Amino acid sequence: MSLNPDQPIKFSPTHRLQWEEAQQKFVILYPEGLVELNQSSAEILKCCDGTLALAQIIATLEEKFATRGLADDITAFLEVALHNGWIAQ
Amino acid sequence: MAGLHNNMTTLTPPRWLLAELTYACPLQCPYCSNPVDYAHYKTELSTDDWKRVLTQARQMGAVQLGLSGGEPLTRQDLPELVQHARALGYYSNLITSGYGMTEAKIIELKAAGLDHIQVSIQASNQQLNDHIAGTESFVHKKQVAHWVKQHGYPMVLCVVLHRDNIGQMADILAMAEELGADYLELANTQYYGWAHLNRDLLLPTKAQFEQAEAIAQAYKEKVAGKMKIYYVVPDFYEDRPKACMNGWGSTFLTIAPDGTALPCHSARQLPGLDCPNVNDYSIAEIWNDSKAFNFFRGDDWMKEPCRSCDEKAKDFGGCRCQAYLLTGDLYATDPVCSKSTQRGVIRQAIESAQQCVGSGTEKPLVFRNNKNSKALSSPI
Repeated sequence: MSLNPDQPIKFSPTHRLQWEEAQQKFVILYPEGLVELNQSSAEILKCCDGTLALAQIIATLEEKFATRGLADDITAFLEVALHNGWIAQ
Repeated sequence: MAGLHNNMTTLTPPRWLLAELTYACPLQCPYCSNPVDYAHYKTELSTDDWKRVLTQARQMGAVQLGLSGGEPLTRQDLPELVQHARALGYYSNLITSGYGMTEAKIIELKAAGLDHIQVSIQASNQQLNDHIAGTESFVHKKQVAHWVKQHGYPMVLCVVLHRDNIGQMADILAMAEELGADYLELANTQYYGWAHLNRDLLLPTKAQFEQAEAIAQAYKEKVAGKMKIYYVVPDFYEDRPKACMNGWGSTFLTIAPDGTALPCHSARQLPGLDCPNVNDYSIAEIWNDSKAFNFFRGDDWMKEPCRSCDEKAKDFGGCRCQAYLLTGDLYATDPVCSKSTQRGVIRQAIESAQQCVGSGTEKPLVFRNNKNSKALSSPI
């Protein structure tokens, strides 16, 4: 199972991405579990809205943070996210 | 309340709230984790009490909510509590036997904002399931599992493992896959409460454990990406104790049906804790300042060999309830640990259970019901 670069990526309908005020962090919630996210992971996941594919997510984030060369990090993180069931295509 | 921040432990907020809504349950599982004397606790918090508890715990940072019991479906206000929890931002988990669940209720709870339903099944076939549950329930449980899936919840199947069903591991895995479980929790019985009482009849042999675990591990790879398997290890056959509750008073907050706040759901049996009640104190007072929640925070309470052990920050000396239940000393090293001088009690428990197999002297399982609870304990 690996990312299809042509397919849009959506956040898993059976997980929830939520800002936690007490922790000042985004978290992923799922049955009896919780993953705390760092800022960059949260930014990537927020782009997984079911309309953008990999290249568009990279472009969106590079533009948002006025930087280049994020492709490898974003791809690697999304592979992990897919493997963990946090995102789907 | 007396503050007991005895060793400058960093206080972390609760993350997990286990709301035991009721001790009422139509099932009679002989490994139930409710206290053996549950029948004497008759009062239940009101809807407003529970809403206040949910609100206060959420303000402190609790985000995972377990709605449990007994059987939480026996509470008529369940949808109202779910709705309140959702509005507060909890991720709510309904932990149910499925008994009494209807499709209409599943739809109602979904609309109220319930995030997930965990259905327990006692075995992979009807005869054993209905025997262990003490209630005819197998066919309906499978129906409930289908509805859960059909209505878009992540579906978690929970099977508690013991001597009578551990040999069904391959069938249990196949059943979970057939039902479309997203998660399968294979929970080896933990020997507290009713399970402690029935240990000689429930504890499998080491060979049974190893065989079952090997089958489950192999299956894990087969269903990777489709179904997640959580395997709760049987600590009697480990040589290090579990890191109980992720550290006392660090993460988990349990509220019993009568409003007693517990650092773990078995802590009620520990003497001298003076567990506070939500009718008397706020969740913040209970979490930060109560004697019970500070009792085993940090490591100042530890005796040897824990005190000088380089693994003490990893397993916190193991489970306090198990230490007390098996050694009579709530400060002792969990006897599961091979460094414990009292490891012999675990060996004896294993031997005693093995002698019981096929000896012809087997006593019957004591089922969890009001009659047995009253007969086995004196009024509180």
